[in-house]
Amino acid sequence: MRKFLVFLVLAIVVLSFAAKIRVGVAIPAADHGWTGGMVWWAQYAIKQYQNDPDVEFYLVTAKEPSEQIAQVQALMAKGIDALVINPYESAPLTPICVQAFRQGIFTVIVDRGINSEEYNCYIAGDNYMYGYLAGKYIAEKLKGKGNIVVIRGIPCSIDDERVQAFKDAISLYPDLKIIAEQPGYWSREKAFEVMQTLLTKFGTIDAVWTGDDDMLHGVLLALKQAGRDKNMVLVGGACEKNMVKMIMDGHPLIGVNFTYPPNMISTAINLAVMALRKQDLNGFYQRGIPRKIILATETVTKENAKDYYFPESVF
Amino acid sequence: MILIKDKWTFKLNLSKYIIVFILVALMIFSGILSPAFLKPRNILNIFWQTSYVGIIAIGITFVMIAGGIDLSVGSMVALLGALAIQSVNKFGDSALSVFLSILLTYGLGILLGFGTGLLTTKGKIPAFVTTLGGMAIYRSLVLNFANGGVYMTISRKYSDIGMKFVLGLPLPMIVFIAYAIVAYILLDKTKFGRHVYAVGANETAALYSAIKVDMVRTLTYVVSGVSVATSAVLLSSMMSSVSSSSTGNGFELDAIAAAVIGGTSLSGGKGSVFGTFFGALILGVINNMLVMLNVAVYLQGMVKGLIIIAAVLLQNLRKE
Repeated sequence: MRKFLVFLVLAIVVLSFAAKIRVGVAIPAADHGWTGGMVWWAQYAIKQYQNDPDVEFYLVTAKEPSEQIAQVQALMAKGIDALVINPYESAPLTPICVQAFRQGIFTVIVDRGINSEEYNCYIAGDNYMYGYLAGKYIAEKLKGKGNIVVIRGIPCSIDDERVQAFKDAISLYPDLKIIAEQPGYWSREKAFEVMQTLLTKFGTIDAVWTGDDDMLHGVLLALKQAGRDKNMVLVGGACEKNMVKMIMDGHPLIGVNFTYPPNMISTAINLAVMALRKQDLNGFYQRGIPRKIILATETVTKENAKDYYFPESVF
Repeated sequence: MILIKDKWTFKLNLSKYIIVFILVALMIFSGILSPAFLKPRNILNIFWQTSYVGIIAIGITFVMIAGGIDLSVGSMVALLGALAIQSVNKFGDSALSVFLSILLTYGLGILLGFGTGLLTTKGKIPAFVTTLGGMAIYRSLVLNFANGGVYMTISRKYSDIGMKFVLGLPLPMIVFIAYAIVAYILLDKTKFGRHVYAVGANETAALYSAIKVDMVRTLTYVVSGVSVATSAVLLSSMMSSVSSSSTGNGFELDAIAAAVIGGTSLSGGKGSVFGTFFGALILGVINNMLVMLNVAVYLQGMVKGLIIIAAVLLQNLRKE
């Protein structure tokens, strides 16, 4: 009898161990609001599985590409069935992601692509529409005429794509002019400084587009301080929670926001688990998880803001 | 004889004041390219925007003259700012609460400075390592308590400090100038100041002159801690928030750059509050000028780098 019990326990342990799905999640450490949001959403998604004994997660955050490579190597040495990764940089992280894929680890690349097609799934936000919709909104709001200030993020390819799309959208209106285009490095303090300076330079500014909501906070402060927080169209982006709250409460200058959701990491984590469990996507005639997913940029207004307001999130 | 001596001091002074000429030249140059640059409002803004890094740079000047370095200041701004905001939130929106919070912030700043000093002197760890460690530790603490998010306060009393104008001048600017004057007196007119120079110039000689080298070194880190606390209070109250991930990022490099542009030696023994003050202003003018002249985004780093190198080069040429 005792032998049987021991055998039973052993069998259960072995079986449950074998059936357990192990998912490694590798993302950059929080270095501005949005990345902070991604860390929060990763933790949130993992928490949703806490009562599920068949899944186990290892979450790591890196401050630089080399650290992330080391972390992924460690995860692979430990043994994982799926890797969900937001690469810190494309080029340096490509080899390790490819290696994971070749070892049969279900590899989900999030937002920043790698320089290879060897992965299982790629999920990202839509940078083009993120800039384009902001430009279109401002153009329509100004009725095609006025001076626009652009405060962009850290100059990089993602930021370039957004700014280019913004310019594409307003290029349909010859009377719209971008009078200044300066980097605010996705930081409140920096955007405050830049806006303060631009306010002294220009007597009339009709609209300001900032690459994200953190910077819009800085701009708002500068406007308030200079007493010029009226008759202006302000557009940020990425739906930082306090900004969404302002829209929800009917802010006089900020009427719209556009998503570039940090919770794409949560979706990516779910996709990895679904793929390992051989689940399919609802409504798809095909089996499995799609290989490339570009999330739509959603428009947030006073009417639907409450669906995008996550007070407990950090972003 | 007297004539020669006069000429000599004049020459010395000239090399000291060349940094002022560089600043003025930069401003005239920017003013010609963009008239809005010279608006009084913009000049005030430059002072205002410079004050946060400027105050820290003054503190770092003490550390560097004594032969040390402080890389932890950027993260420490975030940590102390977060502490100030969290305490104001805890104590409520009253003058007393704001006062207590600021007191607490200075307390921690002094404590951390003292700890760094002790580790560096008694623990014999190179300052580079101690403060590099501090930089990582403070940032990670700030991130941890905010979960990567933002510390915010809705206290009007507190946020009014950073946005206050006194006699038409922004408060941060006034504090910056007052701080520079006090620091100048401390460094140039007191025994402690003379010891700071002595320790940095020649440690052995200082030891033989019965200077408490370890104590002096440690105190320079306390000065740095006090400077960071000052900056943290001004910055966090102005923004009514501290971002755990981005506030203070890169401050250490800007502060060290300001000191070095102002003639402070990276190997100790040399430097002045006067130089650092104008070094910081030069950095501020460059940042402002980049925006005013709408310099192309990707070229801004190059323009900034060239001006910094040219400013230091000009001063060196003058000396020879």
